[in-house]
Amino acid sequence: MTFEYNFAFIDENAKKEIRRKLLKAIAIPGHQVPFASRELPIARGWGTGGLQITMAIIGPEDVLKVIDQGCDGSVNAVNLRKLISKTTGVRTTFETHKATIIQTRHRIPEVPMKEGQILVFQVPLPEPLRLVEPSEAETRRMHSEKDYSRLWVTLYEDIVKWGSISIGASYPCKVNGHYVMSPSPIPKWDIYKLHQSECLYLFGAGREKRIYAVPPYTDVEPLQFADKPFEVESFEGLCCCRCGAVDAYLDEIYDEETGCKYHVCSDTGYCDSRLGGLERNGL
Amino acid sequence: MGYVAVQGGTDAIENSEKLSNYLRLKGKSLPLTVKQIQDQLRFLVDRVMGEGSLYSPFHAALAIKQSEGDPLEAAFYIRAYRSTLKRIVDTLPLNMQEQRITRRISSAFKDIPGGQILGPTQDYKQRMLDFSLVEEDEEAMHKALSDYEAELKPKPIGEKGFVKVVDILKSQGLVKEAARETEEAAADITKESVAFPADRSSSLQMLSRSETGGVLALAYSSMRGYGSIHPTIAELRVGHVPVRIPHPFRENETVTIGSIQVTEAEILAKFESCGQDEKPYFTLGYGCCFGCNEVKAISMAVLDRTMKEEKADAPAQDQEFVLMHTDGIESSGFCAHFKLPHYITFQSDLDRLRATQEKKSKKEVKTGENINDL
Amino acid sequence: MDCDKLILKVNNLSKKFGKGCSQCEKLTGPEHNSNVCPKCGTVVALQDISFELYQGEILGIVGESGSGKSSLVQCLYFDQEASHGEAYLCCFDNGLSNILKAPESKKRFIRNHMMGMVYQNSVRGLRLNVTSGGNIAEKLLSADMFHFESIRARGKELLGKTEIPLYYMDEMPKRLSGGMQQRVQIAKALANNPPLLLLDEVTTGLDVSVQAKVLDLIKSLQQDLNISMIVVSHDLGVIRLLTNRTIVLKNGRIVEKGLTDQVLEDPQHAYAQLLVHSML
Repeated sequence: MTFEYNFAFIDENAKKEIRRKLLKAIAIPGHQVPFASRELPIARGWGTGGLQITMAIIGPEDVLKVIDQGCDGSVNAVNLRKLISKTTGVRTTFETHKATIIQTRHRIPEVPMKEGQILVFQVPLPEPLRLVEPSEAETRRMHSEKDYSRLWVTLYEDIVKWGSISIGASYPCKVNGHYVMSPSPIPKWDIYKLHQSECLYLFGAGREKRIYAVPPYTDVEPLQFADKPFEVESFEGLCCCRCGAVDAYLDEIYDEETGCKYHVCSDTGYCDSRLGGLERNGL
Repeated sequence: MGYVAVQGGTDAIENSEKLSNYLRLKGKSLPLTVKQIQDQLRFLVDRVMGEGSLYSPFHAALAIKQSEGDPLEAAFYIRAYRSTLKRIVDTLPLNMQEQRITRRISSAFKDIPGGQILGPTQDYKQRMLDFSLVEEDEEAMHKALSDYEAELKPKPIGEKGFVKVVDILKSQGLVKEAARETEEAAADITKESVAFPADRSSSLQMLSRSETGGVLALAYSSMRGYGSIHPTIAELRVGHVPVRIPHPFRENETVTIGSIQVTEAEILAKFESCGQDEKPYFTLGYGCCFGCNEVKAISMAVLDRTMKEEKADAPAQDQEFVLMHTDGIESSGFCAHFKLPHYITFQSDLDRLRATQEKKSKKEVKTGENINDL
Repeated sequence: MDCDKLILKVNNLSKKFGKGCSQCEKLTGPEHNSNVCPKCGTVVALQDISFELYQGEILGIVGESGSGKSSLVQCLYFDQEASHGEAYLCCFDNGLSNILKAPESKKRFIRNHMMGMVYQNSVRGLRLNVTSGGNIAEKLLSADMFHFESIRARGKELLGKTEIPLYYMDEMPKRLSGGMQQRVQIAKALANNPPLLLLDEVTTGLDVSVQAKVLDLIKSLQQDLNISMIVVSHDLGVIRLLTNRTIVLKNGRIVEKGLTDQVLEDPQHAYAQLLVHSML
């Protein structure tokens, strides 16, 4: 017994609904639009939000890149890429500049993305206010009234207690002067890439059933006190032991035998292209 | 070097699949047929249909085989499969009066019109392991079947079906007719995301798809006293009920497209009144799910009632709390996702911790100064 | 409304709990000695309350428990939704718009910028697991003050004004005494220099010696800042000490109003007389 699945798995009416919600999300940058999230053959929490967006917007001509933690080769990225290419037959790539759609978990590629490219984020917890307010009905009211003082108080308390803000990944950002948004668990390193970018950013949270977006050329600013500037992760004095990059987010790795700590680029596509470039230059 | 090779991920997944399949087969027993699961693991099939939110014993049984008997995983397969299916038509509301009852009990009254029907139940069975099942063979099976069939004395089924206990109480003015919010088209939570506070149709749909253990745990918390509603089962029914759709061509006509087995529970809870001059009434809780799953239907009915409490003092009374945390597919998926790599977020946390440790050790001195100038 | 003199004007404010019927107003009130409608069971917490508050004035609202006095300030602070009536605040839209009908976002603005509220129970006014300084910061942040050191400085200033030792600034209020918690509440309520402060039974439940200190603080703040206040209390001592004018509430109706001295020395209404005499 065999069964023929639809192009990109989900049925066409479901795709249409997702596309309508995407249009709304783009029209109201940073605003979480509820959508009727479908169950996919991938578990909830494993990228079903991002996956549904990708499946709703992908066409046969698209070129797809999928990364997890910046890496094309991690098991989860491989698994998602396999599912999308199996149900669509689209071409895939590891190179950022060749992709039309990039689906990502926890990173924005180091190579700046251009007009016409779309970065689709997998979002586990879309609500930046969940930290201070468990009720969904209440957080929706807070967003509509731009009532963010309680979130700010946690930043204030952090500075009082620790001397600096303790939020690492998922740093809350204000989009287009109104909505505070969770950028998904990308590191602070990637936050500035959201601001006035050339490409379109789409965010999908499957389990929590929310879609939101940052259109090209939109202001995105991390919440920060005027006299306590936002700080990104520091890799001062470190470089990638593979390609030598000093301008990339680095993974910390421990050598099996010596136990020594060393660093590599988390964006493997970037690392590989640098290596290729170095090799081409005969280095 | 610890660098994750690109091919590595692909190979690892393929090898993992092969190994899982090997473990399933290496005992060399005869392969389970889907039919066997469908026939002999009825409660598991029903549970998977309910939580998978698709009425198809065949697909549920296949999912059980594929997931090697993990009900959460099997329901997950069914949900994913469901996403690929086109929605052609909405069925008409079920008429539960027409249910062909296989089991029907009321704990509220000793005798109810139509009578209590114990039906097939495990309730009064002594739970002692039956070792004769180890030796069960085809011969034993055929003998058990023919013996039972010989005992049967078929009785004609009444035309009218069974009156519902709750309807009797309603006619006596002891239970208040629920506001008919369902007169409006019922919501479809698989097409529109639920907003809170959720309307009743959305809330019941979510409970009906929820994980049996999840709703049981929350309903049990209420039964034990965290926001107790003192429930009594007015009626618990199991049986097949016809499913109808509007006739595609002829107006005002309907077509029966089949029947589904459902478990329905109606509970009576503590009474309340609205104003001083208004009479008090019993309040109702309603539960209904695919197949035979009595614990789930009762738990659902209890939660349907607890969530009507105006002020939520206990978790089971908080609609958002109950509905957002009982879907098995969502909760198990999110639980499993923690197995995914979190290198980036952890690296970022590490950076924060190191920076803060550094600042804190510098600040120790500074804080001392601060206290002095306060 | 005359904004030179008035700060707040309330017209015909009513608050009902329940669905109400045509008889509610007739069948409740001081003459029936009840605020529960015998027809429909609705609680008429407030009915036809009208009064004015002048610039720099302290108005007392006195009455037994269940008289509606707390409902009144909570309606004005939007903690409860008034069923009927109007309220005009001089600093909001020049006193031309009914604040009770303002959109939710405007109500929030009014709460954050134009009014302060101090509750009997500090759980309502404070977040007990956020530091005292953080509680004050929340008010400042909601008024878009995003400079950390300025927030700290303003916090210190307010704690100074309310006579709280500065080392409590980074402590959680749950570790403070009841009297200190009330001071933190007052500091928080004053954070954005609101022209109007609402005080709901602020000294009830405190030791007598602590009560006196908190009352002194309120009195001196009022003189320093020339802030207008509404003081709700069942305690005529508090009313006598703090207020210029007084309203006496009974079963959700105003039964007497006038200068505090006058009301306390020569009460006219039978209930007011009873109240004053019971104080002796």
